[in-house]
Amino acid sequence: MLAFTLRRAIQAIGVMLAVGIISFSMFRFAGDPVNQIVSLDTSAAEREAVRKSLGLDDPVVMQFARYFGNAAQFKFGVSYQFRQPVSSLLAERMPATLELAICATIFAMVFGILMGVYSALKRDSALAKIFQAVSLIGISLPTFLIGILLIYLFSVTLGWLPSFGRGDVVRVGWWTTGLLTLSGLKALILPSITLGLFQLTLIMRLVRAEMLEVLRTDYIRFARARGLTTRAIHFGHALKNTLVPVITVAGLQFGSVIAFAIITETVFQWPGMGLLFVQAVQNVDIPIMAAYLLMVSLIFVTINLVVDILYTVVDPRLRSTIRRPA
Amino acid sequence: MSDAVVPHRAEPSAAPARAGTGWFRRALDSDIFYSFRRSKLTMVAATVTLLFFLLAIFASVLSVQNPFDPAQLQLMNSRISPLWTADGQSPFLLGTDEQGRDVFSAILYGLRISLVVGVLGVVFAGTLGITLGLIAGYVGGAVDGLIMRIADVQLTFPAILIALLVNGVAKSVFGNRLDAMSTLVVLVIAIGLSFWVQYARTVRGSVMVEKNKDYVAAAQLIGLPAPIIMLRHVLPNTMGPILVIATINLALAVITEATLSFLGAGMPDTMPSLGTLIRIGNNYLFAGEWWIVAFPGFALAGLILSINLLGDWLRDALNPKLR
Amino acid sequence: MTNPVLSVRNLEVEFHTRRSILHAINGISFDIAKGEVLGVVGESGAGKSVTGLAVIGLIDPPGRISGGEIYLSGMRIDHLPPEEIRRIRGKRIGMIFQDPLTSLNPLYKIGDQIVETIRTHLNLSETAARKRAIDLLAEVGIPAPEKRIDAYPHEFSGGMRQRVVIALAICAEPDLIIADEPTTALDVSVQAQIISLIKRLGRDHGTAVMLVTHDMGVIAETSDRVAVMYSGRIAEIGPVQDVVQNPLHPYAKGLMGAIPTLAGEDKRLVQIPGSMPRLSAIPNGCSFNPRCGFVFDRCRVERPEPIAHGTQAVACHLYDAAPKTAIKETAA
Repeated sequence: MLAFTLRRAIQAIGVMLAVGIISFSMFRFAGDPVNQIVSLDTSAAEREAVRKSLGLDDPVVMQFARYFGNAAQFKFGVSYQFRQPVSSLLAERMPATLELAICATIFAMVFGILMGVYSALKRDSALAKIFQAVSLIGISLPTFLIGILLIYLFSVTLGWLPSFGRGDVVRVGWWTTGLLTLSGLKALILPSITLGLFQLTLIMRLVRAEMLEVLRTDYIRFARARGLTTRAIHFGHALKNTLVPVITVAGLQFGSVIAFAIITETVFQWPGMGLLFVQAVQNVDIPIMAAYLLMVSLIFVTINLVVDILYTVVDPRLRSTIRRPA
Repeated sequence: MSDAVVPHRAEPSAAPARAGTGWFRRALDSDIFYSFRRSKLTMVAATVTLLFFLLAIFASVLSVQNPFDPAQLQLMNSRISPLWTADGQSPFLLGTDEQGRDVFSAILYGLRISLVVGVLGVVFAGTLGITLGLIAGYVGGAVDGLIMRIADVQLTFPAILIALLVNGVAKSVFGNRLDAMSTLVVLVIAIGLSFWVQYARTVRGSVMVEKNKDYVAAAQLIGLPAPIIMLRHVLPNTMGPILVIATINLALAVITEATLSFLGAGMPDTMPSLGTLIRIGNNYLFAGEWWIVAFPGFALAGLILSINLLGDWLRDALNPKLR
Repeated sequence: MTNPVLSVRNLEVEFHTRRSILHAINGISFDIAKGEVLGVVGESGAGKSVTGLAVIGLIDPPGRISGGEIYLSGMRIDHLPPEEIRRIRGKRIGMIFQDPLTSLNPLYKIGDQIVETIRTHLNLSETAARKRAIDLLAEVGIPAPEKRIDAYPHEFSGGMRQRVVIALAICAEPDLIIADEPTTALDVSVQAQIISLIKRLGRDHGTAVMLVTHDMGVIAETSDRVAVMYSGRIAEIGPVQDVVQNPLHPYAKGLMGAIPTLAGEDKRLVQIPGSMPRLSAIPNGCSFNPRCGFVFDRCRVERPEPIAHGTQAVACHLYDAAPKTAIKETAA
């Protein structure tokens, strides 16, 4: 178990190093950092001084080590657009994104599992067919179109829900939350649905496929031969076995949810990291782009690691093969 | 020596073996064509997809104006609602936007841009992926390890993030003011770099299987160079799965392009794709001018949906096991 | 006379496919008495397993019981609503499947699976059920059951897992156990142990056993009576001694000829030429007629019904007294 965790951790560090190199290359080579700091009429000598002070004439390996060291302390340099440290910009925006991503994931998990189980158990019912059709549309509609459609329906036409922003937020320490105010909660609904819909269809399809697969297995047939109630078979045995791979995928998807939040945040002008990133891409604000890449990768890698470990907790077969390597 | 020994009788004959050489012949001859004709939905999807391609190709013939030519736009024609509404005006079937641009014409031209970027993106991703997959599978060893590790890492990141980063870096390197054509090239590259992994994995997998077969050894023996062996002998065996991936990828590429353009990191307003049109139209939604965003949205959704349906059907038809 | 534990009358099972209806079981009848072991033997596809599943009510669509009756201790059970047949499954009929490796849910401890089954059928508390589970594990020969009860299926060997499966099948003291190829997936050395375990349990509890297998050797060792199945029909049924030593049906003769014996090393093993027809292409008349060495015209048009012949019953026109047959086999 320990060896396994350690091996996965080393892999994770490897990935972070690779991403770090990309991020550093962007930071260092895509656009000269000096030009971003000095004004147009700065003399060559002054430029050279700035270059030296930034350590840009050190060997590349050393620069990378320094960049990585800084990044490890969440120092990502200064944003070209905002003239503020990138780390404080990101920290300010992070709660918005995380709250949105978590709400979207919960929405996707709850409805995805319910709809998936239903369409596996009542395969030929009309509702299951509707779910299947909706899932195909959910996969085919680009996220931003879904967002626009929801805004048109619930904000423009019906006027029930706000179309942009987070509503009123409450500051809890350094974290800002929209979960504690009515307007904050209302503001969360449409973006969460928009962001979660794709994951929902994914989870629903996966649950349906897995559940159908599990229902065909010998141990389910044997459970039926033992006279267990349909309820116990479906929700005790089949569901638990179905959820093992589903947890993995849903967990791994959380990283993508954060990345996909870029689109949702743009549609709803949600003040999160994704919106910051899009503005950075539009305005070529390399430090923010590089830092965002690093942050998202860190979240990705951490989640992968956690999911891997969680998986072994849920599935006893893996636990023992890991405990006693063959 | 038992009394139960009985004379042999012929068993009921097995189904006649189906003759067929080559993938294409088998495809036409086998269940594919049958399943195509059987599925009404697939036929509709195929027709709609074809229609979209034709609309894009003949955009300049079918449209009432060239929406990219400012000289043809008249501000007095701005914000006209669709023809069937009370304020509709001929010839603006789907209405006009605030610059007096005919929405229908804009959709046709935008469709053209979307499809060009999508198709080129898929071709680029396919070429890159197939090449890297062939190399990884055939050469093996450290090269294989390196290519596949990169693929693994990249696969954990959503394509849209990679495409956005490529776009941002390109802007930074070439300066913020790229002209429309260069943006198109950057988009194709960004999409290509985001989607090569699946091709590489598939091709590599089947190269690993094929390269140990006798006919490859025979080809090596008569001294055919490796690239020829791979292209002429190994690659055709993977065409089925590649076709499936490419079809589904086309839908993804169109979505990615539209998303990038919507986010303002894609095609500029002067040469809008469907995504750009939706971004522009979105600004008028609150003013009640729904048609500026709705029709490009419908076009995009219909295009993606029909390509997806086609891809789903193709996947099931080519490989029933994947169901 | 008391009712037999299981009584099957003219059972028919069919499967609806896109192209046609396949008749997997074509009118079979048999009884199993209390404490009796009935072996059901035949090639794969003969309908042995489907018979077992039909009895326990587990024929799923596209399959269905299309005719006949099934009685459990005199009570008809083939037309029961799902909830009622569910109560019978596991309580009055226990089932053992072929592959112990896949019969147990890998994510649950075996103890939990046994306790769950016990508590579904018997009104016992959690602790009482657990105690019973330990006793059952001991009875089927699991060493240190009080420890092993908290182990997961993958921590057992194949043979031990099959013992757990058997414990699950008998945990509510059923009247009938259906064992579907219970030893096929096991090592030869373990097979004998499992066979003797099933036999012992049947004897100790007076349970009727329907033992489905393609292994004539297992039947000869275990069963009181044997039914030989061929393409959805019972070709011959009778006391195991008689059928083995004096098979009547040409197919049964071939089958018995295929058992290796220690006494007859000089004899070559016999094989029956051809193979069983697929369900989609069952010939008219007797389904064995294309492979039969004694075939005559009637076999190609008329389906033979079982005819009593001493202690045995055989479905073969050769033994029908009415028409004059060309070849007469002596049954002495």
